[in-house]
Amino acid sequence: MCAHEYLEVPFKEKSLFDATFLARVASNKIRSPLISRGSTPLSQTEKPLRRQRGLGAILLEFLGSMNLAITLLVAIAIAAIIGTVLQQNEPYNNYIMKFGPYWFEVFKALGLFDIYAAPWFLLLLGFLLISTSVCVYRNTPTIIKDMRHFRLGVKEKSLRAFHHADEWQATGSAETVADTLGKRLQQHGYKVRHKQYDNYRMVAAMRGGMGRLGYILSHASIVVICIGGLLDGNLPLKLAEMRGEIKIETRDVPVSKIPAESTLGVDNSSFRGSVNIPEGSRADFVFMAMRDGYLLQKLPFTVALEDFRIEHYPSGMPKSFESDLLIIDEELEEPLRKTIAVNHPWIYKGYAIYQASFSDGGSIVQLQAWSLDNPKAEPLQIEGVVNESSRLTTPRGEYGLEIIDFKPFNVFPAAEDSGKKFKNYGPSVVFKLRAANGEAREYVNYQVPLMVEERPFLLSGMRATPSEEYRFIHIPMDADGEINRFMRFLGMALDEARIIEVAKEQAENELGLTADDATYKDFTQSMVSLVRLFTRQGIDAVVELAEQSVPAEKRNEAISSYIKVVQGILGSLYVDLLSEEGVDVSAGISEQQALYFDDALNALSLLGPYGSPMFLRLQEYEHVEATGLQITRAPGQNIVYLGCVMLMAGVFFMFYLHHRRLWVRLEEREGRTHILLAAAPHRERSDFDKEFEQLGGDLRHSSNSV
Amino acid sequence: MSVSSEAMHSELDTTPFLKRLGVFDWLWALMVVAGCIVAQRLYSSLMDGYEVGILYGTAGGLIWLGWGWKPMRGFSIAVALLSLAAIGLYGGELARGESSFFLKFLISSQSAVMWMSALYVMATAAYIFALAVGSNFTGKVASAMTWSATVMGTVGLMVRWRESYLMGADVGHIPVSNLYEVFILFSVMTALLYLTYERRYNNRAMGAFVLTVISAAVGFILWYTFDREAHHIQPLVPALQSYWMKIHVPANFVGYGAFALAAMLGVAYLLMERRPNGLLAKRLPSPEILDDIMYKAIALGFAFFTVATVLGAMWAAEAWGGYWSWDPKETWALIVWLNYAAWLHLRLTKGWRGSPLAWWAVVGLFVTLFAFVGVNMFLSGLHSYGTL
Repeated sequence: MCAHEYLEVPFKEKSLFDATFLARVASNKIRSPLISRGSTPLSQTEKPLRRQRGLGAILLEFLGSMNLAITLLVAIAIAAIIGTVLQQNEPYNNYIMKFGPYWFEVFKALGLFDIYAAPWFLLLLGFLLISTSVCVYRNTPTIIKDMRHFRLGVKEKSLRAFHHADEWQATGSAETVADTLGKRLQQHGYKVRHKQYDNYRMVAAMRGGMGRLGYILSHASIVVICIGGLLDGNLPLKLAEMRGEIKIETRDVPVSKIPAESTLGVDNSSFRGSVNIPEGSRADFVFMAMRDGYLLQKLPFTVALEDFRIEHYPSGMPKSFESDLLIIDEELEEPLRKTIAVNHPWIYKGYAIYQASFSDGGSIVQLQAWSLDNPKAEPLQIEGVVNESSRLTTPRGEYGLEIIDFKPFNVFPAAEDSGKKFKNYGPSVVFKLRAANGEAREYVNYQVPLMVEERPFLLSGMRATPSEEYRFIHIPMDADGEINRFMRFLGMALDEARIIEVAKEQAENELGLTADDATYKDFTQSMVSLVRLFTRQGIDAVVELAEQSVPAEKRNEAISSYIKVVQGILGSLYVDLLSEEGVDVSAGISEQQALYFDDALNALSLLGPYGSPMFLRLQEYEHVEATGLQITRAPGQNIVYLGCVMLMAGVFFMFYLHHRRLWVRLEEREGRTHILLAAAPHRERSDFDKEFEQLGGDLRHSSNSV
Repeated sequence: MSVSSEAMHSELDTTPFLKRLGVFDWLWALMVVAGCIVAQRLYSSLMDGYEVGILYGTAGGLIWLGWGWKPMRGFSIAVALLSLAAIGLYGGELARGESSFFLKFLISSQSAVMWMSALYVMATAAYIFALAVGSNFTGKVASAMTWSATVMGTVGLMVRWRESYLMGADVGHIPVSNLYEVFILFSVMTALLYLTYERRYNNRAMGAFVLTVISAAVGFILWYTFDREAHHIQPLVPALQSYWMKIHVPANFVGYGAFALAAMLGVAYLLMERRPNGLLAKRLPSPEILDDIMYKAIALGFAFFTVATVLGAMWAAEAWGGYWSWDPKETWALIVWLNYAAWLHLRLTKGWRGSPLAWWAVVGLFVTLFAFVGVNMFLSGLHSYGTL
């Protein structure tokens, strides 16, 4: 990833030590020192004798260049950003809706919907891998050499030219002073080498060489991680798909019907798939989600779910969930048993089995189906299974009943004044009713009554699309916890003949009209149609009618008179209902009865928009849970981890172990030992000035105390 | 720039490291180990083997920090005493938080965080004032306030940890699980990093810049508390119930803190550069030193961020079944990592210095900020528990 840890220095094989030093020499315009174990002056190197370089060398130069590396880092970062901003691997329809068909095709061609598997992105990663490899390849030998060599042959002239250089004299002989200083340097953590030349003595020292190793480790780690990642990636799968050997299955079909070209055998070495297993069931496969479909991956063993347990916090949030699993393998004499939980996977034969999620495993629900068009009829008994669908014949035609989910409890934040934080609304069933034209509405029906102001209601919510909130109707319940009474009342409200009768009665009794009056027929007819509008399409339709037919200034008045008419007629029906039930209404009705009427009217007014031909009351249920397992095989994982360890070690070595060299040149002249101290940190660090100053002071002190 | 005598001493002294330690150093180590043993005895039922390992690893780290950076000791002792006082005052009943005077107004986690917030904001003002008028005394007051704020913030986190267990043994968890908690961690971590540099380079002018970013974090905490009521302790979703959280998140925040610090020094550098003879140039360290501190902070941040990302990948492998899923949070961690990798290459290999890198560090803060907060706000993914 990095090009020149060293600047290119000619005569590599002969001599060099520190590239950054050279760089500094160049930039500081210090006279070029002689740096060589032999005697090649650097002045010769100023015009290097460049051999004619071959194509390979030029290519290597390009691949290992720093500019390429930085460009790649930035390009990969930008591609990664695109991948997070644009949601990946969604169904294609979502993209078409978002971008339109033209841009959808463009983006699809660019691979933007699965960017991390797009050929150009893999190419970028590949280049990064090559660039880093070239770098490691080119620099490792030099670095290792540099870590080991003490450079005892540096010339006096070079030392003097160093940025960090100091000179003083001592009284002892060169040998004794050299010994003392060498020991002192060792105490400072330096490794030391001595060499006696004809007329001087050289002590070369260095420390922190591991810092240089950090460079190799951190860069090689990138290569290791990429290789590990490649082993675990789905590149082979993509290639097989391109060759047409694999076809993604997009249909929702039973496992047994999935064709062979969408099935991967047990020899596939790396995958990541998931499967839901209901309690008491087993599976020897997982599904791998691929773009807008999936593939079936076979396992060499069978996983069975014995039991699934889940615990919840008071808020209803899952606290923990775990599965008692069984592995059945031909190679095993007896099945293996183990409990897995989130963060506690089971590794078996290189396959890792994770507790990923949970869902309904096909709970059985008993539903009482009331016809909302003919509520007087006996309700039907339906047995439904979650994730299955059945047909429902109604006066409005054939409907598909798709049961989606069942929940044994529903916890929501409680009302402020209840003194409790959360309230459990009890079991619920979620289902869709799909009309013959394919349109579907989603319903959620609760099993137990909800008490509102001490009156029991049955709750049912409806929404047309999953993105909407549910709109709820509250069906008032009888004293015995049934809804028969409401259905009887609804039956009366839908009974056209009876309403006409009541309308006539009211026209006669309350308006004093007779059948002969010109307005009599209009009145009764409009009364009847108002009630019909109310019961069939709801209160909103009544308001709408007023908005369409009455001028704005009289609208409110009209609406309240409309409502009065509806209330009057339905009220009279309600009195009839009470009489039928044997209640004495001669002295008026009780407050409780009046409240029931209001509640029933509210529910009635919403039945139109509710839009269902049936009301399905959840009666009994048998809860079956399913565990959501994620099963993976990642042979590259340990390689990636090895790379990670190398990376972490490398980064810390590189930043916190500083390679620095020191030279002490001792020459006896006129009975005194002249000492020349010079140092070169691998990287120019401001701290080193201080360090050198202190070290120099210390060595000066030591040399004088000989 | 002068280096503290301590640092000078440590570099000059050639006696072996362990022999250089004095009575107080060993006393410190003893105290930390004793604290750990007590904690392990008291709470062993709540910890698994890894967590005990983390406990002793933390102890080792704390001893080492205290040896190398003496103020850490006073800081830790203050935090420990105040936290223990709070635990004692609670006495196993969460309701005491309302009735006990000291808890209610000083050291319940909520109050401690409020104190922290107030002190950081005041410290920011003091640093800016000290920078503007060159008052040495105000600078010292600012440092003292920053230390106090950091103590209170850490106490807030410690006590919150305890409070979560008082809510119920199954609710209890280390308070680094949502945005509210990690913003406190961010403030504290950034301040601690800053305080080490302040001491090492004996310069308080940098505080005016670094504390500004902490004040911004405090602003977020306050908005989050009062507008969103996010300070209530929430139980953990199953995926977060793991010892990994105790190492992954703090390591991440050393990284975030260091990057934020580097960015603010970058701002200081750029402002100083515009007027080479201005006030800032007079008070701040020399451009070379500022540049060097910026590099040190990014190197430290990068190292810890690397560790945090690796730990995150390992945790992901254990909880989600794959060490890398290109989840938005993961991807943004990679983007941040690539960004600073490029920065480091430019500096170390291409030899860049000064304003281009300062600019890059400032831009880096926004990249980091997006990875830290933006992902949770704008993108959906597996890290969805940190939503706004």
